[in-house]
Amino acid sequence: MATETHGAEGNSLVFHPMDQFIVKPLFGGEGMGMFTITNATFWMILAIVGVIALMVLGTSRRATIPGRAQSVAELAYGFVYKMVEDVAGKDAVGFFPYIMTLFMFIVFSNFLGLLPMSFTPTSHFAVTVVLAMLVFLTVTIVGFVKNGSKFLGLFWVSSAPLALRPVLAIIEVISYFVRPVSHSIRLAGNVMAGHAVIKVFAGFAAIAVISPVSVLAITAMYGLEVLVSFIQAYVFTILTCVYLKDALHPSH
Amino acid sequence: MATETHDAAGHVADAAPGMPQLDFSTWANQIFWLVVTLVVIYLVLSRVALPRIAAVLAERQGTITNDIAAAEDLKQKAVEAEEAYNQALADARNEANNIIAATKTDIQKDLDVALAKADAEIAAKTAEGEKAIAAIREGALESVKAVAKDTAKELVTAMGGKADAKTITAAVTARMKG
Repeated sequence: MATETHGAEGNSLVFHPMDQFIVKPLFGGEGMGMFTITNATFWMILAIVGVIALMVLGTSRRATIPGRAQSVAELAYGFVYKMVEDVAGKDAVGFFPYIMTLFMFIVFSNFLGLLPMSFTPTSHFAVTVVLAMLVFLTVTIVGFVKNGSKFLGLFWVSSAPLALRPVLAIIEVISYFVRPVSHSIRLAGNVMAGHAVIKVFAGFAAIAVISPVSVLAITAMYGLEVLVSFIQAYVFTILTCVYLKDALHPSH
Repeated sequence: MATETHDAAGHVADAAPGMPQLDFSTWANQIFWLVVTLVVIYLVLSRVALPRIAAVLAERQGTITNDIAAAEDLKQKAVEAEEAYNQALADARNEANNIIAATKTDIQKDLDVALAKADAEIAAKTAEGEKAIAAIREGALESVKAVAKDTAKELVTAMGGKADAKTITAAVTARMKG
């Protein structure tokens, strides 16, 4: 790995925990244009392959009594569908394929990123910002298209005392525009932090005395990361549903 | 754009300490491939996977509903069968009771007839016997009268008197009545 090559040069305690996030052309070459196949591209394509394997190949038998893959696919389907229905409301099921796409992409990116030597697309702000902005724009556009100017009622807290309402409106507007920021940084930050911490522990493993502790810590962190991988995908999806609910039913 | 990314790519190799996430030269590339990925996943899910899973789930729900309905049907049938069985049992019991009652009456009738016949026979026999007894008694009375007359006649003769048959008979008859 990148850490090892760097670490081997001199002092063994030189960590490069962030090197795993470097985006580089997969097949060598100097420049990186927009369409260059990079390691990020590769792992995104692997995510597509994973989604197809689970959701298409896994369900190809259309069995009434499902096999393993089909059970998991149905579980994912039911999980997200119920989330959309419960959180965003029955009229939001039209957005279900869209939300399912986000969820499946994030889940597969996160879990594929847990493979050693892998690259995690969701650890990059470029990816999560786009995801969050997609949600933000969708919610805003849907909100105005479905409710017109009533959508602005989202910022006008009619249950609060009149004197407080302008203040609350400012806070609501700020919080509304901070949503995509927190939405994107939460996902990328969690994934990146976990991976970086594992790398740091891995660097310590070079010292013989500490290495057992280090290996244990890596194992523990890895378990935590498995949890985080799913939870962050879940959080991202459920927040999308919550925002969508605001767009469809802006009244408080 | 091209020159910019070119510069930045060279920069990436040296930028070990910084955060690669904030290397904006890679953003265009990542965003492009992300959009491609999302579109592909969206198409795969919305065109193939989700309708298929929805169909499978609906079909399963249908199967379950049908099976439950069939089970309900069978249960109903079982209940009906049990009712029919109980009905048959009750009918059979009734029939048996009827047969028993009929047989009883038949037997009673036969018995009555036989009893009546036996009674009549007994009565006839009794009457016959009584008649015979009466005849015997009559006979005996006559014999006693004759013996009494003979004895009286002999007694009168023996005591030296003249036995008048008419007087003796009258006397004996008078005595026997008393």
